[in-house]
Amino acid sequence: MFSYCTDPSQLEGLTWLSCYLTTGKHAGLYVSVFTVLLLLAVTAPTALVFGFAGASAARSRIAPLRWLGKSYTAIVRGVPDIAFFLFFVIALDQGFEWLRHQVKCPDWTDPIRQGNDFVVCDAAKLPLSTAPQWIHESYAFVLAVLTFAIVFGAFAANVLYGGMRAVPRAQLETAEAYGMTPRQTFWRILVPQMWIYALPGLSNLWMVLIKATPLLFLLGIEDIVYWARELGGTKNAKFTDYPHGDWRIWYFLFLLVFYLAFTRVSEIVLERLTVRLSRGQATAAGEKLRKEVQA
Amino acid sequence: MKKLILGTAALALTAGMAFADTVRMGTEGAYAPWNFVNDAGEIDGFERELGDELCKRAGLTCEWVKNDWDSIIPNLVSGNYDTIIAGMSITDERDEVIDFTQPYTPPDPSAYVALSADVDLEGGVVTAQANTIQAAFIAEKGWTLVEFATPEETVAAVRNGEADAVLADKSFLDTVVGDGLVMLERMEAIGGGVGMGLRESDGELRGKFDAAIQSMKDDGSLNELIAKWEVSSQW
Repeated sequence: MFSYCTDPSQLEGLTWLSCYLTTGKHAGLYVSVFTVLLLLAVTAPTALVFGFAGASAARSRIAPLRWLGKSYTAIVRGVPDIAFFLFFVIALDQGFEWLRHQVKCPDWTDPIRQGNDFVVCDAAKLPLSTAPQWIHESYAFVLAVLTFAIVFGAFAANVLYGGMRAVPRAQLETAEAYGMTPRQTFWRILVPQMWIYALPGLSNLWMVLIKATPLLFLLGIEDIVYWARELGGTKNAKFTDYPHGDWRIWYFLFLLVFYLAFTRVSEIVLERLTVRLSRGQATAAGEKLRKEVQA
Repeated sequence: MKKLILGTAALALTAGMAFADTVRMGTEGAYAPWNFVNDAGEIDGFERELGDELCKRAGLTCEWVKNDWDSIIPNLVSGNYDTIIAGMSITDERDEVIDFTQPYTPPDPSAYVALSADVDLEGGVVTAQANTIQAAFIAEKGWTLVEFATPEETVAAVRNGEADAVLADKSFLDTVVGDGLVMLERMEAIGGGVGMGLRESDGELRGKFDAAIQSMKDDGSLNELIAKWEVSSQW
């Protein structure tokens, strides 16, 4: 990185550290921080969509839709996250490849399952084995987002379902009295008011999601915990210009600070969101806000 | 005529694409000197150099992929990469699930590293990386075994007293001795040499790599690489 970094063994103190912290390997750590943040930024809204769809389905008047919504939350919430991550992602990936295989290689005669092997034609590989590594990594990332969204969507569905049921019945009755259709009642009265009841549960989920990101490594994505372990491990002078002992404790300390800071920021944001959503609500917090405005 | 030329060109192009095979090489990247991540963040080591040379000789384009040791076989079998080149010893147990090329390093004894030379292995706690021949060996002996997911953690466990000794490939332990850690005299003859792992259905690719390894054995370049990285005894 810096011109003086050519022979780190001659350097000391901060100069050495500035070289050490800017190696290509450390860039991996910094990139992974963004990977984690990006994952959260994409997964949270996606999971919310899954949750909203699940909750809406679960309270639908159409029976098969209701069964679908209820079994989604029941099954996904019941399976341990790790089992889900290990099994589901491989199954999902193979499912995609199987579908592509059926479309792209109809003439293929060999069996797809050969003993332990899962063999599809080259054109059906996802991504193609000729694709550059970054496409493979993006694909793995998309699979990760999808898996996280399905898992956390199931929990969110239950939270939102509860939120929908917590909206005072009088509100919906009034809407009906005004002649609103069930659809209008749902979108104009129920949905805007349910968030305040769902927020405590959703904020819990968000916190759990932040802490669940190290599961990424199970999906073959190099997250910050992987890099912290890799960078912190003992480094022999034979294989690196920056030999050091077991420094994992310092890297994990960095992770601790990172996660604590991140959850603290989340708490502050969620706090503000609660105040904002309480406005005009028939809850104790909403009542308090009304009094403050009057005073 | 124009259509014909275009058609031929398209055919030639697609055929060309089919020939320009990319072989994805899966490795762990945490087992110096065999394979590790260097300062630049790239995979480096004996197997990196060996793999690149083998691909050159076999006329293949190779791409390196890092994968956790624990899931390295399942991900090969489900097609996320095409080979395992990660210091994997050829064993009957693994051979049932995947296929191996001929070994590129001869079978070498495994060694122990401990804090002192007079450690009691039978009565003590011995550590090894999970899913390795060493772990299987200790389990078979009936000694107390503690497994870890990465080689680094097994050595750390000996340093902080969680385990009395670590059993691993001698070439790996050579890189960690010193600074309080000593290698025991006792060695264990386990394993059948290290080879590349491939899917059982990939006979053609295996043939290519087999031939490339043979040619490197014949012209002595494999021995040179082994000597350079000090991974094992020579052929």
